[in-house]
Amino acid sequence: MTTLTPVLSAHWDEKDSFTMAGYKRHDGYKAAEKALKMEPDAVIQLIKDSGLRGRGGAGFPTGMKWGFIPQGDNKDHYLVVNADESEPGTCKDMPLLLANPHVLVEGMIIASYAIRAKYAFVYVRGEVTHVVRRVQQAIQDAYAAGYLGKNIFGSGVDLELVLHVGAGAYICGEETALLDSLEGFRGQPRLRPPFPAIAGLYARPTVVNNVESISSVPSIINRGAEWFSSMGTEKSKGMTIYSLSGHVTNPGQIEAPLGITLRELLDLAGGVREGHQLKFWTPGGSSTPIFTAAQLDTPLDYEGVAAAGSMLGTKALQIFDETTCVVRAVLRWSEFYKHESCGKCTPCREGTYWLVQILRDLENGKGSEADLAKLLDLCENILGRAFCALGDGATSPITSSIKHFRDEYIAHFTHGGCPFDPYASTLFASAKAGA
Amino acid sequence: MAFTDQDIQVMDSIIKRYQRSRSAIMPLLHYVQSRDGFITNEGIELIANKLDLATAEVSAVSTFYTQYKRKPVGEYHVGVCTNTLCAVMGGDAIFAGLKDHLGLENDGVTEDGKVSLEHIECNAACDYAPVVMANWEFYDNQTVQSAKDLVDAMREGNPPAPTRGPNSLPTWKENSAVLAGLSDGRAAEGVQAGEASLLGLKLSKNQDGAK
Repeated sequence: MTTLTPVLSAHWDEKDSFTMAGYKRHDGYKAAEKALKMEPDAVIQLIKDSGLRGRGGAGFPTGMKWGFIPQGDNKDHYLVVNADESEPGTCKDMPLLLANPHVLVEGMIIASYAIRAKYAFVYVRGEVTHVVRRVQQAIQDAYAAGYLGKNIFGSGVDLELVLHVGAGAYICGEETALLDSLEGFRGQPRLRPPFPAIAGLYARPTVVNNVESISSVPSIINRGAEWFSSMGTEKSKGMTIYSLSGHVTNPGQIEAPLGITLRELLDLAGGVREGHQLKFWTPGGSSTPIFTAAQLDTPLDYEGVAAAGSMLGTKALQIFDETTCVVRAVLRWSEFYKHESCGKCTPCREGTYWLVQILRDLENGKGSEADLAKLLDLCENILGRAFCALGDGATSPITSSIKHFRDEYIAHFTHGGCPFDPYASTLFASAKAGA
Repeated sequence: MAFTDQDIQVMDSIIKRYQRSRSAIMPLLHYVQSRDGFITNEGIELIANKLDLATAEVSAVSTFYTQYKRKPVGEYHVGVCTNTLCAVMGGDAIFAGLKDHLGLENDGVTEDGKVSLEHIECNAACDYAPVVMANWEFYDNQTVQSAKDLVDAMREGNPPAPTRGPNSLPTWKENSAVLAGLSDGRAAEGVQAGEASLLGLKLSKNQDGAK
């Protein structure tokens, strides 16, 4: 059995974990003090050596991203933290910020110093008011303590940190759409190149990192690159937060070394809800192709999940048991992508519209096998042709579910409608059965 | 509503957060909602004026984001997550139950102006499914009955406190000010973490104890 490694979540059970006092009780802001005495390039090298990779979905090496920022260019540089957590199933960054916003602030101080940024932004999604309060208070307290503002930690370095609150647009989790949004425009993705490292916010060199990535930085500075890379697998180093939700006995956040399997995580969480079996699951949110029980022993690291035909994504493990209609699940995700499509490119804007029409018919028993072929054809014309990853993501649940559950799609039109009882899959149904 | 000199001062302070003024559009729109309850024409004109933009440019931004409302919502705006996971776990039943109970369709407002209802997308609380948000505060692990009780209490003016949030539920306008980046001094209220957030930490402590 894998030994769990709570680092980010180590003190979440302390009532004042979100306060400056609670954070400082566990060496809070010691890493920033230490980093500011190092050369900025040495900080970047340390993060490179640790093997830390982006925790927002793509898994790009964090230190390498920082290293792409041109130095000595006499331009402003920016650090932008993506706290727009909106990928369906993903629920790790919001509890992190609620319980310990200071670890993000400290990570941002270190990252800004490393890339020589004097301005940093944290873009928090707008639908989480209490998270906004906690982050704002942490920033305020860090200013009051002299950790932000002019001459931070007496180092001669200045850093302004601004909280920016979104307003309900999934697409703003895409880094270039986020930058447009932060500049005060509709949040639509930009053509790349140029990449944000060259022309990001206000066309200046910019690093965009996920909350969990930046929050992992203070512990690496404190305990060293070797400590961090001693956890995880060959190419996926360190600990990370896995989010278990759905038809599992005890849903929640589990911080473990990269490479743990769903079988192990489910054992820890008390298994699939009593009296039921695993039917399908997402390894990293709705944009990652679904898995079945056949992938229970797949190592949940970047390479392991990719080799099995999906993506580690945000490690949002959404568990669905045999009571769940896969067509209903996929239809709902497709409605989400259609709603959230920014409208900039045709394959995504028109494609998601048609995907929903066809899936609705199928769920209502009005489809035929030709519709399945049409769905796959549409997906083929969206994947790789859309402007950004939203369009690609919209195809994942459809193609993967048809691959695994073609018979269930067909059962909908032979049965003349959905053969499932939606009540059976609710939490209330299991509560009644347990009572 | 007419904006006062004090409003203008607050808006100026929001603009000063940024090196480039246009970046202040989003917090300014949240601020307009904190005063008017929704995005009014007066609010759009004022922002355009402050940022030296055309009103069409400000409208273009406000209509892109679903949290900016083009008509009044209730004092308590209720969002039921009906994205796949919450829907399957009971969100669809809760949304149907609330529509029936309140006699509202999606985006409807009760006649007394107390409660509005909307189905929402994933709100990053899947381990607490099914989730209901009220004025963008978390109400975790809801049932059809608990959601009906919640909106009834709202209409009587005494909604229960959010599960992971402040000690009492702020109004829509009050929370819009928080989203504009204006502190209400309530960050220390409420729990630091819910039960599900602590699952892994507890399991880890059990592992340590077993050694």
